[in-house]
Amino acid sequence: MRDRLFRWVLAHPVWVLLLAVGFAVAATMGAQKLVFKGDYRVFFSEENPQLTAYESMQKIYSKSDNVAFVIAPADGQVFTAEHLEAIRQLTEEAWQIPYSTRVDSLSNYQHTVAEEDDLIVEDLVLEDAPLGLSDLERIRRVATTEPQLVHKLVDPEGRVSVVNVTIQLPGKDPVTEGPEVATKVRQLVADFEAANPGSKVHLSGMVMMNVAFTEASLADNATLVPLMFGVVILAIGLLLRTITGTVSTLVIIIVSITSTMGLAGWSGMYLTGPSASAPTMILTLAVADCIHILTTMFYDMRHGSTKRDALMHSLKLNFQPILLTSVTTAIGFLSMNFSDSPPFRDLGNLVATGVMLAFIFSITLFPALLMMLPLRVQVRTEESTDLMDRIASFVVKRRRALLPGMTAVIIGLSLFVPNNELNDEFVKYFDQSVPFRAATDFQQENLSGMTVLEVSIDSGRASGINDPAYLKMMDEFTHWLRAQPETDHVNSLSDTFKRLNKNMHADDQSWYRLPDSQELAAQYLLLYEMSLPYGLDLNNQLNVDKSAVRLIGTFENVSSTAIIALESQIYDWFAQNANYYDVTVTSPSLMFSHIGQRNAYSMLLGTVAALLLISLLLGLALRSVRYGVLSLIPNLAPAAVGFGLWALWDGQVGLGLSVVVGMTLGIVVDDTVHFLSKYLHARDDKGLDAEKAVKYAFGSVGRALWITTLVLVAGFMVLAQSSFKMNADMGLLTAGIILVALIIDFLFLPPLLIKLDNLLSAKRYSTPGQAPEAVKTLPEVSTDAA
Amino acid sequence: MLLNQTLKSNASRSSLAGAGKPLMAALMLFGASVLANPVMAVTAEERGLEISVEAKNRDLGWGDMSAQMEMILRNKEGQMSHRQIRLKSLEQDNDGDKSLTIFDQPLDVKGTAFLSFSHINKADDQWLYLPALKRVKRISSRNKSGPFMGSEFAFEDLTSFEVEKYSYKYLRDEPFDGQDSFVVEQYPTDKYSGYTRRVVWLDKEHYRVLKVDFYDRKDSLLKTLEFKEYKQYLDQYWRADRSLMTNHQTGKSTELVYSDYQFQVGLKKSDFNKNSLKRAR
Repeated sequence: MRDRLFRWVLAHPVWVLLLAVGFAVAATMGAQKLVFKGDYRVFFSEENPQLTAYESMQKIYSKSDNVAFVIAPADGQVFTAEHLEAIRQLTEEAWQIPYSTRVDSLSNYQHTVAEEDDLIVEDLVLEDAPLGLSDLERIRRVATTEPQLVHKLVDPEGRVSVVNVTIQLPGKDPVTEGPEVATKVRQLVADFEAANPGSKVHLSGMVMMNVAFTEASLADNATLVPLMFGVVILAIGLLLRTITGTVSTLVIIIVSITSTMGLAGWSGMYLTGPSASAPTMILTLAVADCIHILTTMFYDMRHGSTKRDALMHSLKLNFQPILLTSVTTAIGFLSMNFSDSPPFRDLGNLVATGVMLAFIFSITLFPALLMMLPLRVQVRTEESTDLMDRIASFVVKRRRALLPGMTAVIIGLSLFVPNNELNDEFVKYFDQSVPFRAATDFQQENLSGMTVLEVSIDSGRASGINDPAYLKMMDEFTHWLRAQPETDHVNSLSDTFKRLNKNMHADDQSWYRLPDSQELAAQYLLLYEMSLPYGLDLNNQLNVDKSAVRLIGTFENVSSTAIIALESQIYDWFAQNANYYDVTVTSPSLMFSHIGQRNAYSMLLGTVAALLLISLLLGLALRSVRYGVLSLIPNLAPAAVGFGLWALWDGQVGLGLSVVVGMTLGIVVDDTVHFLSKYLHARDDKGLDAEKAVKYAFGSVGRALWITTLVLVAGFMVLAQSSFKMNADMGLLTAGIILVALIIDFLFLPPLLIKLDNLLSAKRYSTPGQAPEAVKTLPEVSTDAA
Repeated sequence: MLLNQTLKSNASRSSLAGAGKPLMAALMLFGASVLANPVMAVTAEERGLEISVEAKNRDLGWGDMSAQMEMILRNKEGQMSHRQIRLKSLEQDNDGDKSLTIFDQPLDVKGTAFLSFSHINKADDQWLYLPALKRVKRISSRNKSGPFMGSEFAFEDLTSFEVEKYSYKYLRDEPFDGQDSFVVEQYPTDKYSGYTRRVVWLDKEHYRVLKVDFYDRKDSLLKTLEFKEYKQYLDQYWRADRSLMTNHQTGKSTELVYSDYQFQVGLKKSDFNKNSLKRAR
């Protein structure tokens, strides 16, 4: 059946070509439907409890997605007439940003002041009002003392200020809405910087982060994918020295990628930061199949076979190992379906599909192309296997030192694994070359962090927030929260109440305290609410029946662990001081802080499932329970060593890295499968002893292994260049683990096999009555030598 | 204030009472016709103005009125809040109306009263009486775009309709809710308005406002107001028992439910001044 397929393929290459291309074109058409979703919410599944709590809070109050213009004036002086006027104009223009619902700045801050018996509520910087020195001084005093403004919209020294725009994306067309906002916002920045030479405006905020997700991924696909193609052309061209082979491999890679992405489009999937790295990964993984087929074929041709015979032999020989390694790789990627974060499920499914498609194309389209294209092999002297021979001899000779030595290194590095810390700071998902990251860094240095916690305190009854006891609690909590070391700013309604009380008493500072009756508080609030203009109301702090208030804390950009600790401290504070209120803490920062942990646990399950499936497959393929179990060591050790090294190198494990174990498992088993099957073939079929079998294994697959490893490492190192750090870290660690896997397969597995063999024969010798070991003849499960 | 007066674009049969304002409106209409292209019969701008003037004229002469109102606020999460309010208004010749709004619920603002003098060509005058402080406070009129009592209604949505507050453009005829209607676009003349334009549906038979779409400063659809259950009073004046304002951008909504409409109950100017605020209970 299999042979008939191959014969048909080789006999009718044109038909195969037409069929394959027809399929690829049909599939690829779906790519038109493929859109990129930049919204950070895509990282959370619908049932994610932190997302649910956050969405609910957004519905009760108002949404807090934003764009922040962080403005540094040319002379470092915010409080000049020119700069304040510039801010006022920008504030006004910011209302024109698509989907904006609110603009907060120094200029439109609703300053309250007592004037005779009236309460004046007006913009801090009025239009058409020339600012004299005394006005500037007054504005500076208000801005740098008002708790709502200082550390949030302006720094205490008056060097940097922020115009914050609340954006309510309708979410109807996630592809265009974010970029639409970004386009307008950037135009405003360009106009502002042109009108105010020397001023610098940085763009921060959640909407800009969404945009950064999109742009970083697009930039990646524009630079990394071509770079990767370059690497593949170089690798195959240099190592195998064949133009036809290189061209055919490129075709396989291209149709695999485009078909996969097209099918994704047909299935209605959308792309996200992580899943957008699928093309790079498929590219890397698809190469291996072709390399295996080419190396065997060329080996035969150099030994005088015709192209057709060599190809036929190569296909027969490689079918099973390529199928096996493709399936194990796919299983590894499919383990990502256990991830708590949908983009990684998509990535896993995309790459798994791509790998399987690449397999199908490799045994159909690839030979068809090779048949049709001219192919000549330079009759060269046999590729020197000197290197492999030398490594084999070295390993056999030094096995007594290598086994304990490598064991010590593996265990030693694995011990560092617990030193890794789960951390998802979304600010650090981007490297410093991304403007969003630069903006948040600038904001952090000069004003405040991007970490936000929204605390909703529900009194449980309508108008309950005007109760003096509630006000007192809110004030005490505000004080406590401001005293925390990470805190930059707390926006609290208790400040507003105190200020209004003071205003109502002719701005007498001694009345800067909470109103002492419910009626007074309620009527102050009503008066204030009735005085506020469009878009500057209190709906972002109050719910409809005034039973609950939302406080917003802004903090330095700290680790996930620190944010989760802060969250529990807040709940503790209420448990101890005010346990009769219903408190909810939410925010995107908190969602990201928890996702790492949730994902790590769910991926643990996924990895174990993948491990069981893959081990079962290996056991079946090797037809041996013993070697199936033994293969666990070289399969698992690379990840342990990789994460141990990561702890020494970086130590921060985020969303992107928690899927790496499952993902690399499917890739690293390939090396083990090839090596073990060759070893067993030599041991049992050829009757060689363990040492000779190891040398045979090196000689036959060593070169193919290091070439594929080289391509894989190069491919994932290309991904590691991504400015999207989630993908970059994923690439770097995966490359590391694959390299470690090769080292373990070369330096640790062979001594272990010899040692095991010695133990077994000793045992067999001592108990001669026992049945011989179940290691039976194997099919040729491997690539033949290069 | 207010509240009911939104509906004042919506009177019935033409009235000859209140000589001042119709005259002015007629003059405006005349001015518009003179300026218009003589070849064209009527421009869309003239037609829009004409319809608006007619609507205003049909609601003139009601004198004074009082009503009860319940305000129901809803957010996207489905939470609700109820407010009870009493209204009194006094029609003014050659000026916007005077109105008094008294809050009965929530209890902690009970007795709080809001007095508003709506004006045609200048900013409205507004005061709030706070019983807990026993003081009357003036409220800045730049807030006309701001929300009334935290609702989805802005002050400017609730003050009396005056022809001069907008310029107009007739868009089309279109049935709405089974009634033949005019669709007229209105452009606020005051720079402190929160809107670039309002699109208004008026039924052709009674010139009552059935629906209004509000476009914010960046000309995106912000809110929609719908009037339901119109009833006629004094054989002339139409008032809706319900109006529903939906904010499309935030998903919040506010419903106003009116009851106990009474017309010509004998309210005087002296019932609408700063002193009367404190007595209003």
